[in-house]
Amino acid sequence: MPILDHLWIILALPLLGSAINGLIGGPLGQRWTKTAVNTVGVGSVALSFLCVCEAVREFSALPADQIPVFRDFFTWMIAGPFRADFALQFDQLTLVMTLIVTGVGLLVHIFSVGYMAHEGGYYRFFAYLNLFVFFMLTLVLGANLLITFVGWEGVGLCSYLLIGFWFLKKSAADAGKKAFITTRIGDMGFMVGILLAFATYRTIDYREMFAAVSSSPVETHLGVITAICLLLFMGAVGKSAQLPLYVWLPDAMEGPTPVSALIHAATMVTAGVYIVARMNPLFSRAPIAMLVVAIVGAVTAFYAATIGIAQTDIKKVLAYSTVSQLGYMFLACGVGAYSAGIFHLMTHAFFKGLLFLASGSVIHAMGGEQDMLKMGGLWKKIPVTAWTMMIGTLAISGIPPFAGFFSKDQILWAAYAGPYANKLLWALAFVAALITSFYMFRLMFLTFFGQPRYDEHHVHVHESPWSMLGPLCILAFLSTVGGWFAAPKLWDGPDHFKNFLDPVFASAASLAPHITEPGQSIELEFSGFAVLAGVIGLVIAISLYLGDPERPKRLAKKLGALYTLVYNKYFVDEIYGALIVRPLIWLSRNVLWQVVDVGMIDGTVNGAADAARAAGSEARQLQSGNARSYATWVIVGAVGFTALLLGLLGMRP
Amino acid sequence: MNVIPISYYLALSGILFGLGVVGFVFKRNIITIFMAIELMLNAVNLAFVAFARAHSQLDGLVFVFFVIVVAAAEAAVGLAIVIALAQTRQSLNVDRVNLLKF
Repeated sequence: MPILDHLWIILALPLLGSAINGLIGGPLGQRWTKTAVNTVGVGSVALSFLCVCEAVREFSALPADQIPVFRDFFTWMIAGPFRADFALQFDQLTLVMTLIVTGVGLLVHIFSVGYMAHEGGYYRFFAYLNLFVFFMLTLVLGANLLITFVGWEGVGLCSYLLIGFWFLKKSAADAGKKAFITTRIGDMGFMVGILLAFATYRTIDYREMFAAVSSSPVETHLGVITAICLLLFMGAVGKSAQLPLYVWLPDAMEGPTPVSALIHAATMVTAGVYIVARMNPLFSRAPIAMLVVAIVGAVTAFYAATIGIAQTDIKKVLAYSTVSQLGYMFLACGVGAYSAGIFHLMTHAFFKGLLFLASGSVIHAMGGEQDMLKMGGLWKKIPVTAWTMMIGTLAISGIPPFAGFFSKDQILWAAYAGPYANKLLWALAFVAALITSFYMFRLMFLTFFGQPRYDEHHVHVHESPWSMLGPLCILAFLSTVGGWFAAPKLWDGPDHFKNFLDPVFASAASLAPHITEPGQSIELEFSGFAVLAGVIGLVIAISLYLGDPERPKRLAKKLGALYTLVYNKYFVDEIYGALIVRPLIWLSRNVLWQVVDVGMIDGTVNGAADAARAAGSEARQLQSGNARSYATWVIVGAVGFTALLLGLLGMRP
Repeated sequence: MNVIPISYYLALSGILFGLGVVGFVFKRNIITIFMAIELMLNAVNLAFVAFARAHSQLDGLVFVFFVIVVAAAEAAVGLAIVIALAQTRQSLNVDRVNLLKF
């Protein structure tokens, strides 16, 4: 089994591509042509994708007792009882994640060839993208928490670099910093979680940790397992942009659109969901932690969806919708439906990648315009983009038979009738589904329908090149059929996706409280109910945005304060600014700078120097140049020394 | 045989040394200061000799010769400096030789 034995190749290829482009393609030597940069950048990810496909083929031939595939390459560090190996593993969950990362990643790379064609720093962009793919693969392939953490921090770094790609623009540089600092708050929790896990189980290796925890009972009180889970979840909240640390993701839209598609929709932000699913043996033993995960997920899903209603920037709408959909995934994990969460992660990667790339195509067509209020009537002019984006919208709205329907339906069902069912959270998620459908169709109608609201003489709307449309079509295809793994379930057949992932979540399933499954007919009716939410949202959007263009404005005026609140994103950025940032700046400036730094640290250093100088300027007066005064000093010294010998030391002649 | 007690020698040595010190500190003429230094050296020589005699040991006597040699060398160097000073300053007053200072 060549690839499964050498899993590191999957990682090494993008890293190599990044190194070649970053080191040789740019600043050193001659600048490469864009074709050369393309070849290396896209080629390395394509090869990596092929390796993953080969690994999948080999994996499918493995007997069940050899899963998960575990490969230890070398010992990274040993310190006392602490030991971290560079070890990779490959199981069903990793398989899904690596396919998404390299597959969607490859499509985004191809898209970028067209999208970034007119941009400076071309080699830099591809070097960053490849580096990102490397770190993301490290995250999902790592066989212990520390390797995962390396990937975790690495994708954070790449996210920072890529959000601030246009670093001459202050807002982009600021957004990069915001993303980095906000996620850092969560990462602190993640790090403490790793240490606590090590302190508890004396290992950070997933296999050994899960073996150690397998004998523990379910922890109904606030114990150490709950603490580990909550700390790791804190990292997930930061990385996956959940309440209250979601604020960085909408700002991350300052980066180039392919970056938004790859990092801030399809892959990196799902790292939090991945880690919760990966740690399911621990989470399942900490129902309190699971409840927290579910609540945060459901509330975020609802909350972010409401903000999405009033946004006018096409990418901001998608950003809030990403936050909202990630909330769904956490809700799924929180109610014990891990496979549904991963299923939604996958379908979301398809349709949100598609939506972002399509919005990139729209922006490209409009010559950089992102405000939907300045678009309209684009359907005829960019039909391929419009059709593919419509498929993505249908998918995210949960309209069958598109992918989003199956995954979202599973999550809602698990929240409603699963072993950890919680009707209140289900209601939140249901309303969020309705709102999602509404704001997505609002986006479609504002962008593609109605009268053009831009200056047709100045903006030359043009369809994008095929290097951009190709990935759109592939993703549109995946967004359509990606959910059909679970389709047989509708007529009481097997859920192939769930069955495939079940071995990973075996211990979680065995711990779940027993419930009597409601009958098949109820589940089918329930699915219809979920579709209804999407349709209601669609109908509201049609009635508001396809008719009289003045109607939304009238409604906004009628709602008054509520509209202002939502339009300004509940003023959360302002609240954070007033509660955290401004006091911090005040503290830094008036206490840490003026008192601690200037007063104490500089004071000590400068004071020591001043004292030495003052003492020196006094003492140098002794060197008067007068030989007789020196003689006096010699005598005083001699007398003093003699007195010292005789008196103080008690020496007698 | 009537031996003069060592304390007499030491007292004389101390008095001579004290006179040397006083001359060294208070006189301004560089030649006089020079002579005061010689006086101190010889006061110490006297103490050495007295002790050598009292303890019947040669060490003290040997040391006296060393001191005389050093004093001679010092006189040679010192008087050369005095001549150089006298030529540049037209004066033998040490207080006027005070350029080397802060």
